[in-house]
Amino acid sequence: MANKNFKLEIWRQDGPNTEGKFETFNIEINEHASFLEMLDQLNEDIMNEGGRPVEFDSDCREGICGSCGCMVNGAAHGPERETAVCQLHMRTFQNGETITVEPFRAKAFPIVRDLVVDRNAFDRIQEKGGYISVNTGPKPDANAIKIGKQRADEAMDAATCIGCGACVAACPNASASLFVGARLKHFGLLPQGAPERGRRTLRMVEQMDDEGFGACSNIGECEAVCPKGISISAIGHMKRDYLFANLGFHK
Amino acid sequence: MSALKKMLFSSIGKKYIMAVSGLGLVGFLVTHLAANLLLLTGNPDLLNGYGAGLKSTLGPLFYPAEAALVGLFLVHIILAIYINVAGKKAARPIGYAKAQRGKGGESKFGLAGSNMLITGGLLAFFLVVHLWQVRYQVQFGSKFRTMLNGEQVGDLYRYCDEIFASPLMVVFYVGVMLFLGLHLRHGFWSAIQSLGAMKPEWSKSIHALGLIIAILFAVGFLIIPIWMHFGMAARLFQ
Repeated sequence: MANKNFKLEIWRQDGPNTEGKFETFNIEINEHASFLEMLDQLNEDIMNEGGRPVEFDSDCREGICGSCGCMVNGAAHGPERETAVCQLHMRTFQNGETITVEPFRAKAFPIVRDLVVDRNAFDRIQEKGGYISVNTGPKPDANAIKIGKQRADEAMDAATCIGCGACVAACPNASASLFVGARLKHFGLLPQGAPERGRRTLRMVEQMDDEGFGACSNIGECEAVCPKGISISAIGHMKRDYLFANLGFHK
Repeated sequence: MSALKKMLFSSIGKKYIMAVSGLGLVGFLVTHLAANLLLLTGNPDLLNGYGAGLKSTLGPLFYPAEAALVGLFLVHIILAIYINVAGKKAARPIGYAKAQRGKGGESKFGLAGSNMLITGGLLAFFLVVHLWQVRYQVQFGSKFRTMLNGEQVGDLYRYCDEIFASPLMVVFYVGVMLFLGLHLRHGFWSAIQSLGAMKPEWSKSIHALGLIIAILFAVGFLIIPIWMHFGMAARLFQ
């Protein structure tokens, strides 16, 4: 249980419309602390000295809620693959290393304060079709609708998206294609989502563009940083479905 | 806005156009490389005859076909600038202070994928130089004319022979062809993905096919200036 020393370069910004800058901190922390626990420790130190703590989003700290996220040394959620920043541990870093921490950057994700960004754009896309319309009534039988294993697996893989926004942060064009593609693939492949497949695609893509996200250049860095490892085949699914929806093959 | 216009103007629609125009240009490269490899034979009549034959076969369609090709290039170039310069700036007005680092795996964040605008921009610059050289100077100038089967045609062979005598031109052409290879290395795979024509199981194969196409075109084209500079046809075939 060794302690490690780090030099932190953290982006500080008081509000959405103020200028931000990097601030340097030094910290000694147990190497098995998570990245967010390290920030907690830092904030305690700052507050003990009467300063304003570094603001960051977090909730479950189990890598399943999608609340946390920032750029650590130029990579969304830090250097580990399929890991949200709450599941990143300080043992990943070398003793004495300088760690740069920045907020996710995109026009559609305006900075609220420090490392906190406003990801409501994702909610507004979700509202356009990230659901299925069902009549209320008694609960249907669990296996009344037959779904093939492979199809169920593909849909569920897409459904693991936690909406953290790392895909947008890592994309050179700040595109939300992986997020939207995952949503469309999740609902589009399942029989419950099929009746609204075309409408859902058109509405969610339109909202994605209206929010100011960029176009996808097929770099695939979104897949590399995704804490859930969602494949860019979801983006291919979206592109295909968008064409089919426009051609009227999907209603 | 009509549904079609809305589709084509969306972020996905623009990439459909990029993909279709890009694949169209790859199709053009196939015929262009096949014809240019005639230069390797050392027989001037073959390429000169091909050029003249293209014009007489297409007849009144020659200039519309050429205009369509120019249009394909322009659409591809203008959209690329729109998406990659204006679009990028709009989607992320303030960039990262720490240079972004790729996380590897299936990511194409690297030399070819991240520099499409630079490789494409160089190709566009080359296109202008190349058109001025072999299209304008040979077809509209009076210096490079020759007789073939009793008709006056542009002497493409002699023109290439003369410009590739200069080592500088050889380096320029070879360099640009390496950039073409890089551009195709990401471009081909990317076009298939943009069109949603990729099954997940195909992804690796299509990406590998992109590499093969990139190497074939880059090597196919860059061998010509080197071959002509060193007079390989004369050395081998006589």
